[in-house]
Amino acid sequence: MAEPPLLEARGLTRSYGAVRALRGVDLTLAPGDVLLVLGPNGAGKSTLLRTLAGLLRPQAGTVAVRGRTLSGDDPDARRPIGLLSHQSLLYDELSLLENLVLAGRLYDVPEPEHHARAALAAQGLSDRAGDRPRQLSRGMLQRAAIARALLHQPALLLLDEPFTGLDAVAGDRLRALLTTLHEPSRAMVIVTHHAGEAWDIATRVGVLVSGRWALQAPRPDDLRAFHLTYQELARA
Amino acid sequence: MRRAIRLALVLAAKDLRVEFRTRTSLLSAAVFAALVLIVFNFARDPTAVATIDLAPSVLWVTVAFASVVAMNRAFTTERENAAFDGLLLAPVSREVLYLGKYLANLVFVLLVEAITLPLFVLFFNVGLGHALPGLLLTMLLATAGFVAVGTVFSAMVVKTRFAELMLPVLLLPFMVPPLIYAVRVSTPLFQGRPLSEVVAGLRFLALYDVAFITLSVLLFSAVVDE
Repeated sequence: MAEPPLLEARGLTRSYGAVRALRGVDLTLAPGDVLLVLGPNGAGKSTLLRTLAGLLRPQAGTVAVRGRTLSGDDPDARRPIGLLSHQSLLYDELSLLENLVLAGRLYDVPEPEHHARAALAAQGLSDRAGDRPRQLSRGMLQRAAIARALLHQPALLLLDEPFTGLDAVAGDRLRALLTTLHEPSRAMVIVTHHAGEAWDIATRVGVLVSGRWALQAPRPDDLRAFHLTYQELARA
Repeated sequence: MRRAIRLALVLAAKDLRVEFRTRTSLLSAAVFAALVLIVFNFARDPTAVATIDLAPSVLWVTVAFASVVAMNRAFTTERENAAFDGLLLAPVSREVLYLGKYLANLVFVLLVEAITLPLFVLFFNVGLGHALPGLLLTMLLATAGFVAVGTVFSAMVVKTRFAELMLPVLLLPFMVPPLIYAVRVSTPLFQGRPLSEVVAGLRFLALYDVAFITLSVLLFSAVVDE
């Protein structure tokens, strides 16, 4: 029997009152895929990402990770997912180490403290392990959030505008990290406003406009030509 | 099952650790309880109503309001940095999330009650004596029930603009049955009657607990899943 795709979304529909954020969105990702999702403001990018993470319930359609439908009844279906969102998902009253140990326990990571320290070290935050999130700069907080998202070695990594608020050095550092995270066993969905930020590691690009795919295709070689196409799609 | 209990304890410990670091809610609830007792103490006319008749009602009204103040905090810390998303994303069932929150709230409200009770004895000069074990059992049973409902409602209202206002409006009607029975049980206990005389009231409180803990566990998923 063929192995199910790492991620399979079918007919995702989601509205906020009269606003239809997603209108029947389909998406299939195999291990190794890196999908860059672009679109104008209000296109439904963040809604799509939160729905793929299982944080939003679609009003129609399904999301399955490794063949298991995401729902409150099957918590293990969420285990392969890692999310880097606009916010750090960290508790302000806990230190970085305590935050990561907590996450480790929730994901059944063996020796959570050891792995939490290793995850912080990988992000260059060993000396800040005892600090609270509010004591960190934006770049450091982003790295702490990355450490949390990667702690359980997720096979599906969802990133919502990961470059927002980062300076050039931190942006380069994140790009280098994403390159190392691009493994044959892992798929990534990167929502961004600027295609150039993660163009080199993307294997596919998708353009969402008004809650629908205006384009979903293998990543073209020419970023400049794609940019013109994107502008036309976004205007339409 | 063992994993579920372990995770619920991990989550409850996290909540209590966060609370003890800030102490804001615990202090607020304790100060609030003291103020309510002071107001009752000076507002009553001891020649009109005997203290022993009034005391149980005053105790439970104070506990009820202080508990609402305490439970308001249950999900507010989860809003910071969207930390609750991190919990919803984890491979942990909603029932376990509820149980963790419930246990933390229960410990927290019982702590508030542990502060309130000596203040109550001090202000109302009520000798607890033989009534203490029965009163503690009543407090545990009554608290277990309304905290179960309060945990669900605090998850519900945290997304609203006036969470602090909404929680008492929603919760107080559900607190009325356990409060009535808590007063009915406490009054004879304060009068020195044996525990065997209040078994029916305690049984009602236990039934309320079973019913509302079960309902709350079942409802929690619908409340937190957007």
